[in-house]
Amino acid sequence: MWRVGTVVALHDETDMARTLTLEVPDWPGHVAGQHVDVRLTASDGYSAVRSYSIASAPNPKARVEITVERLANGEVSPYLTQDVAIGDQLELRGPIGGWFVWRPQQTEPIQLIAGGSGIVPLMAMIRSRSSAGGTAPFRLLYSVREPRAVFYGVELQALSNHDSPLKVTYAYTRATPKDWPRPPGRVDAALIANATWPSNLGPRCYVCGPTSFVEAVAGLLAGVGNSPDKIRTERFGPTGDPK
Amino acid sequence: MSSQFLAVVVLPTAPVTQLVGGSAMAITSRGFSGRRSATDVKLPPGQYLTPDFPVLSAGPTPHVPLEQWEFTIDDGTDVLRRWSWKSFRELPADNITVDVHCVTRWSKLGTSWEGVSLDVLLADVKMDLSYAMFRSYGDYTTNLPLKDVMNKQAWIAFKYDGADLAPEHGGPARLLVPHLYFWKSAKWVKGMTLMPHDKPGFWESLGYHIYGDPWREQRYSGE
Repeated sequence: MWRVGTVVALHDETDMARTLTLEVPDWPGHVAGQHVDVRLTASDGYSAVRSYSIASAPNPKARVEITVERLANGEVSPYLTQDVAIGDQLELRGPIGGWFVWRPQQTEPIQLIAGGSGIVPLMAMIRSRSSAGGTAPFRLLYSVREPRAVFYGVELQALSNHDSPLKVTYAYTRATPKDWPRPPGRVDAALIANATWPSNLGPRCYVCGPTSFVEAVAGLLAGVGNSPDKIRTERFGPTGDPK
Repeated sequence: MSSQFLAVVVLPTAPVTQLVGGSAMAITSRGFSGRRSATDVKLPPGQYLTPDFPVLSAGPTPHVPLEQWEFTIDDGTDVLRRWSWKSFRELPADNITVDVHCVTRWSKLGTSWEGVSLDVLLADVKMDLSYAMFRSYGDYTTNLPLKDVMNKQAWIAFKYDGADLAPEHGGPARLLVPHLYFWKSAKWVKGMTLMPHDKPGFWESLGYHIYGDPWREQRYSGE
C-alpha cells in the first residue's frame, strides 16, 4: 500500500545529494538497511517510482529519512534533490527488504564497507546501533571520491569520537585531504587487511555501493578469510561503473 | 524541466489529491513532469527501461570452475539426473531473445541468450510433482511451479550477447525465466529439487512475492 509522507526537513549532504525527512503518520516502522519505494505522479497521471535506502534509524516519531544522489540523466532524483519543498507530500511504500538489515539484537562485530552513496543504508545501521544503545563493535570503511563528497561527515566524526565502538576509515579514490597518508586509490587488499576486522573474529560484513565496487570488495573480504555467508551485499547502478 | 510545464509550478503549493484508477488515491507531485519514453514499448506496470544491465545479488559472486560444475535434478530423496559441464554443453541449445524485468524496476528489452531449455533437461523425468526449488552455488534458492518452466518458458543459459556468461551475471550458467521477475532467474544455478508443494526460496522468504508476475506487479509478499 502507498502511504503519504510530508516533507518536514531538507538537508544538503553534498553538492549532489540531499536528505529528505518525511513524516509518515501510519509508518509501520522499519529495520536499518531496508528501503522504500517513492512514487512521483505528474498532473496527467503519469508516474515514476524509484527505490531509496532509508538513512534514519527506527524511531518512535514515524519519521523516515532518505538521502538521494542526483543522477545526471535521472528522472526522479533531480526532482527530489532540487524541486521538493518543505510541506510537499510524497507517496511511499515500504519498508522493503529483509536480508541487507542489521538489528540491535546482533552482538557480533560488524564491518560496514560503503562505496559512494552506498553509505546510506549503512548509516541507518550506525544510527540504529547508537539510538538503541547497542554494544556491537562497528567498523566503517568508507570509499568516496573526495572529501567534499562525504555524506554525514560531522555526525560520523561525533559518533566515532565519543562512541569508541565505532571506528571510521576513509578511502579516497580521486582526491584526499591535505597530508593524507594514503594516496588516492580504490580499496585494495592492504586496506582491507589494515582497516577491517580480522576474519577470525567472525565479523558480519555489509557491503553497499556500485556493482564493480561491491564485486571487488566482496572478493577481497573473502580473500582474507571471511566466509561468504558472512558477507551481505547490496549493489546499485549499471555494471562496469567506472567509479 | 522544459518550459511547457512551468504553468504547473505556479499552481498552489499544496499538492492536489486526485483519484487515479477509480480507487487508489494518488498525490500529484507539484511540478513533476517526468520523462516519457519516446517509444511505444509496453512495459509491465511500474517498470522503466535501462540500456544497462544492473546486478542484484545477496552476497559475494561465487566463482565456479567448469571442471567442478554440475547440474542435478532430484526429488528431495534421490538424484534423478546429473550433468557435468561437458555433458550439459552437448545438449541441444536454443538462442533466446527476450525482455527481462527486475523487481528493482528496471526492464531491459531484447536481451539475447543461449541456453538449454528445461524441456530438454526434464525430458525423461517422471513429472508427478508440481513445483521445483532451484538451487545455486552460494546457497541461493528460488521456487517455481513446474508448469512455468516447461514448454519453452525457461532455460539454463550459459551465453549472454554471444559471449560466455560473466560471473557477476550468473556464469557459468544461470536459470532464465523471462516471464517472471528476474530474481527467479537464479544465477550460478546448480540444480533443481522437485517438490509436491510450493514453498518460498531465498527472496520469497524475505519479503518478495511467492510467484512474481511482473504484468500483475507481484513484487512483494502479500500483494
